[in-house]
Amino acid sequence: MKHLAFREIEGNSAGFYFLLVALLGLIGVGATAFLMMEHHGHIITGMDNQIVWGMPHIFAIFLILSASGVLNVASIGSVFRKAYYHPLARLSALLSVTLLMGGLSILVLDLGHPDRIIVAMTNYNFNSVFAWNIFLYNGFIVVVSVYLWVMMDRSLQRYYRPMGLIAFTGRFILTTGTGSIFGFLVAREAYDTAILAPLFIAMSLELGMAVFILVLIATCIWANRRLGIGFLERPKNLFGIFTIAVFYMVTVYFLTNLYITEQRDIALFMLVNGGIYTFLLWVGYILVGTVIPLILIYHPVIGRTMPGILGAAFGGIVGGFSLLYTFIIGGQAYPLDIFPNMEVVSSGFFDKGVHVYAPSIWEIMLGIGGIGVAFFLTVLGLRVLPFLFLPTALAGVKPEEVD
Amino acid sequence: MSEENLSTLPRRDFLKTTAAFGGVALTSGMLLYSVSQAKPPEEAVTQQVRWGLLIDTTQCQEGCTDCVNACNQEHGLEVHGERPEAQSQWIHKVNLRHKQTEKTHSLPMMCQHCAIPPCRDVCPTGASFKRADGIVLVDKHLCIGCRYCMMACPYKARSFVHEELTEQKSYSPRGKGTVEACTLCVHRVDQGERPACVAACQKQAMTFGDMNDPNSDISKKLKQIQSTALRDDLKLQPAVRYHGV
Repeated sequence: MKHLAFREIEGNSAGFYFLLVALLGLIGVGATAFLMMEHHGHIITGMDNQIVWGMPHIFAIFLILSASGVLNVASIGSVFRKAYYHPLARLSALLSVTLLMGGLSILVLDLGHPDRIIVAMTNYNFNSVFAWNIFLYNGFIVVVSVYLWVMMDRSLQRYYRPMGLIAFTGRFILTTGTGSIFGFLVAREAYDTAILAPLFIAMSLELGMAVFILVLIATCIWANRRLGIGFLERPKNLFGIFTIAVFYMVTVYFLTNLYITEQRDIALFMLVNGGIYTFLLWVGYILVGTVIPLILIYHPVIGRTMPGILGAAFGGIVGGFSLLYTFIIGGQAYPLDIFPNMEVVSSGFFDKGVHVYAPSIWEIMLGIGGIGVAFFLTVLGLRVLPFLFLPTALAGVKPEEVD
Repeated sequence: MSEENLSTLPRRDFLKTTAAFGGVALTSGMLLYSVSQAKPPEEAVTQQVRWGLLIDTTQCQEGCTDCVNACNQEHGLEVHGERPEAQSQWIHKVNLRHKQTEKTHSLPMMCQHCAIPPCRDVCPTGASFKRADGIVLVDKHLCIGCRYCMMACPYKARSFVHEELTEQKSYSPRGKGTVEACTLCVHRVDQGERPACVAACQKQAMTFGDMNDPNSDISKKLKQIQSTALRDDLKLQPAVRYHGV
C-alpha cells in the first residue's frame, strides 16, 4: 500500500476556536437540560407512563445507528479491500467512536438514576438484549480504538485486516442488538418482528453514510482543502443503495402488517390515521428522506454537484429522524391490544385511545447536547491526532483512477 | 432396687408427659402453620407456593373503585393534579364494551405477575425480578430507571416515578427515577394477610390464595368457574385470572 499522508487539522484559527466554543455551548445546553431533569424528575418532560421513551431516545438511537454505519467506510477499505476507501478509514473510525459516545451520553443522562450507571455496568441480566447492548457498546468503543491504533501504527499493519473484520462483525452484532431491543418486545403491535434487526442495520448504513459525507465535506471546507466532486461519486452511490435498502425493508414491514389481519390496525395507524406520525412517515421519511435524495443522487447533472450531494445527505438524515420518530413514538402512542375485539370505554390509566405526546424543550436540549458531545470529541480528535487524508492532489481525482 | 424404681418411674413419666405435650404443641403448631400460611420472616420463600388472584368481573361495577382507593391508601400513591398521565397507578379500573355483542365489562387491572415475565427478561440490571412464590417485584436499589420494562409489559402495568415523593410508607419502598408496579402487597402476604385491594372489595369479587395448594379457596374456585388470563396467547402464564370476560 502506498504511503498515505495523514495530518491533523491546523486548529490555530479564530474559526477553529469559535467552532469549539459553539460545540461546548451545545454541550452546555444538554447539561442544563440534564440538571433540570435530574432535579425535578421526568415530570418536566413530555414523557409519561404511556410514552415511555421520547425525543432523547430518538436522538440517541440516531447517533448510535450512525456510529455503527459510519464505520462501514473503513470496513469497505479493510474487509472488502476497496483501496479507494483506505484514506477515509481513520476519519470513519474516529466518527464511529465519537458518535457512539454522544448517543450513549444521552441515554445515560435520560435514565431515572444516572448516578447508578456503575450498577448498570456491574450487574448484568444476560437475558436482556439491553444488557447485551450496554456490554457491546463499551466493547465496540474498545474494538474501534484498537482498530484505529492498528491503522495509525505502521508497525502493526499486519493486524489491519483482522481488526477490520472484528470491527465489521462487532458492528453487525451491535446493530442487530439495537434493532432487537424493539424486535423482542411482544407487548406492542408495532414491534415484535424479526425484520427490525436487518432494518436497523440498513438504517445504520444509510445514516452512517449520510453523516460521513456531511462531515467529510464540512471538514474539507473548514480545513481549506478542495474536495473534488469526483471523490464523492462512490460514497454518494453507496448512500443511494443503502437508502433503497431501507426503503425496501420499510415496505416489507408495512406490506406484511397490512396483510396480517390482526396487524392491520397498527399499519393503518402509521400510514393513514396517525396524525403527526403519518405526516412524518410520508413527508419526512418517504419524500424528504427517500424520494428527493434518490433523485438528487441519480440525476446525471445535479448528482455531480456539491449542493446536490449535500441535499441528499441532509434529506437522508431528516428521513432517518422522521422514521425513528414514527416508529418509536408512534409505536408507543398506539394503545396496547390487551382486550381484542373490545372497545375501552374508560380507563383509570389512560388505556383508551391513542396516547398524546409532545416533546418538551428539555428533551430536545438533551438530544442537542449529545450531538454536541459527539462533534466536540470529533473536532478535538481531528486536532490532536492525524486522522485526515487531504492532499491537494485529491482535489481533481476521479474515482476510477484510485482503484 | 427401690431407688432404681423410684428414679426410673418419674423419669419415664417425665419423658412420656413431655413427649405428649411436645407432640400436641408441634402438631397444633403444624396445623396452625398450614392454615395461616404465614412463615417466619427469616425463612425464604419457595416455589411450593404460587400466589394468584381470581377476579370475578361479574361482581365488578362500573363506578366502583374500592380496590383502587385501597391500594392508593396502602402504598401512599399520591394523586396530584399536575400531569395525571405521569402519576403512578398500580391498580386501575377499566370499562369495556365488546365491539360485536356490545356486552359491557368492568374489571381491575394490575401487574399480572406472569410466570414468564417480559419485564424480568428485559431488565438490564436484574432489578425487575420474580420471587420464587411468583410475585414479580422491582428492586429499588438496582433499578436505574431505563423504563425498558415499561416498554416490554404487555399489560401496561408499570409506572415510572416522575417526581420527588413525600408521605412514603416504610413497608412500601418507592423512589423518584425508579419503576414500580403492584407488589401483590407482598408486605401483607408475608404476614399471612391478603392484599389491600382484595380485603377492600365489598363484593368479594377478588379471591387471593396459593394456586399450588389444591385445598385453597382460589384453587377450588378455579376448578369450578370459567376463568381466563389476559393476552393468554402470549403464553406468559399470568397469576391473575378473570372470570366473566
